Amino acid sequence: MIDFDDDQLELQAMVRGFANEVVDPAAYEADRTKTLPMEVVRQMGEMGLFGLPFPEEYGGQGGTYVELCLAIEELARVDQSIAVTLEAGVGLGAMPIFRSGTEEQKQQWLPRLTSGEALAGFGLTEAEAGSDAGATRTTARLEGGEWVIDGSKQFITNSGTPITELVTVTAVTGRDESGKAELSAILVPTGTPGFTVEPAYDKVGWHASDTHPLTFQGARVPEANLLGERGRGFANFIQTLDEGRVAFAALGTGAAQGCLDESIAYAKSRKVFGRPIGANQHIAFTLARMEARVHQARLATYDAAFRLVAGKPFKKQASIAKMVASEAAMDNARDATQIFGGYGFMNEYRVARHYRDSKVIEIGEGTTEVQLMIIARELGFS
Amino acid sequence: MRIIVLIKHVPDTWEERVLDPVTGRLDRSASERVVDEITERALEAALALKDRDKSIEVVALTMGPSESTGAIKKALSMGADSGIHLVDDALAGADAMTTAATLAAALRDAGADLIIAGNESTDGRGGVIPAMLAEHLGLPALTFVSELSIDGGRVRGERATETATSVVSAPLPAIVSITEGMPEPRFPSFKGIMGAKKKPVASHPLADLEPALAGSRSSASSVVLTCEQRPGRTGADPIVDEGDAGTKLAGWLIERRLAEQRLV
Repeated sequence: MIDFDDDQLELQAMVRGFANEVVDPAAYEADRTKTLPMEVVRQMGEMGLFGLPFPEEYGGQGGTYVELCLAIEELARVDQSIAVTLEAGVGLGAMPIFRSGTEEQKQQWLPRLTSGEALAGFGLTEAEAGSDAGATRTTARLEGGEWVIDGSKQFITNSGTPITELVTVTAVTGRDESGKAELSAILVPTGTPGFTVEPAYDKVGWHASDTHPLTFQGARVPEANLLGERGRGFANFIQTLDEGRVAFAALGTGAAQGCLDESIAYAKSRKVFGRPIGANQHIAFTLARMEARVHQARLATYDAAFRLVAGKPFKKQASIAKMVASEAAMDNARDATQIFGGYGFMNEYRVARHYRDSKVIEIGEGTTEVQLMIIARELGFS
Repeated sequence: MRIIVLIKHVPDTWEERVLDPVTGRLDRSASERVVDEITERALEAALALKDRDKSIEVVALTMGPSESTGAIKKALSMGADSGIHLVDDALAGADAMTTAATLAAALRDAGADLIIAGNESTDGRGGVIPAMLAEHLGLPALTFVSELSIDGGRVRGERATETATSVVSAPLPAIVSITEGMPEPRFPSFKGIMGAKKKPVASHPLADLEPALAGSRSSASSVVLTCEQRPGRTGADPIVDEGDAGTKLAGWLIERRLAEQRLV
């Protein structure tokens, strides 16, 4: 049983209302035109969603990851693009600065990020480095009190929105005697000469989510923009990545739930051969299976989230939740489109959007294979 | 400056509304209760004024059964500073006259520089309370405004009519009723939800305010004589077209005196 308190339930109801009344009506057009609906993002900021797990001294709402997960889940029911904008904005944009930043860096960046007035991206993935962060090619060298950054990054969420103010970039800042890369993280403000946000990707789904390749050609930032210790650029963010998986699992849970909600309503109202299609055992059993998947996904997600908040080990649980919830989303999206028949293939139906959107939940923030690798490691196999 | 906003807990507009066949009153258990959206807009208007001038105190006032604390809590989550709940069994079924007298007593007791209300509730739809309150309290009333500002001890509003927009203003204290032309209400933040628990809510039984009203159950205009469920649809004989459907339809209408038979 998941034991949410009254405040959490009220937040859930509030975000559900917002999702239905504000997010959903804008979702189809945003998907079709591949633009992040900034008015929706502005309202999310006003509601404090970008500040949920941060303390009030940095403009946050004083909540935890559990509240963040509840909000992401509710948004993902109707629009995954909006849900991932929040997930990445908090988990990848603001959280690394909150965890590893100096007091000065936190004061400089966090209030605008936690209020949703600004967004930040996290540049880790490259053409040949993702989960294998040691293969990073991007370099940063110190020159006259400045970091000079060269290289490129791939698939960076929230890096090119009208309100993006910075990207945290991982780069090789040196090598030890054995030639092993020393990885560090550096804050690079938008508009830094030599830092280019390339045109957005042509993606299968998540059309309204803002994702770009980034290139750095002699981009210079002050030495003080180093985030965390030099050489601990990856180690510092392992925790951030584990946490991000829990939030990603919440996104998958919401998507799976959205597919189920749509399918139940449709199975009750759509009549074929004189009776609702849900009266057919095959459809009813499909819905039952979808419900079971959502249930598993939600239990796994909040088990990991409550462990995280309680300060207990949650690495394995985060990977299990991420894998189970992403598969629930994809499987439910496939079943939902089948139940909708021809309409399930029409983009103006939410289930069609979920079908295109859900695939990437099995890929982003560590593929299913990476999750299996982490779970296997926790079992003692590496 | 203190602004008191009148809020109301009503059955969800999107659900079926049912009358209790015994009392003839609204069956409050039949549907989900929500804060009436027009009163949420009234609160938004007050909070928008507070956004510009932090010294403004916003108080949410409601009259209703004990579960209406939910409406106060929502208002506090959205940003109201405190709440006043008028709750008394004697108020069940109160008509507009009793409601206005009770609210007026509470407003007199609390004291306000500005009172903001919706123009009419979604459930009762009387639309008379703001004007009645103005009479009770001897305050100027700016009704049906779709824009609102305060400047130099005066409240100013715009009232759209079919032909023109009137600009109306009055010295404070005053009462204002707003229309759906006002901006949509904000969503509460999580901080607001958590903070709501720490904000004061005064709960007044009627006797505290207006002993004359307590227990009188005087709803002078109570007009519900009988009340029963709408009968379900009875099966009608379908008219099947066997080449004479027109004649049959005409016959059906004539039989019910919905059309006249004329011989040509």
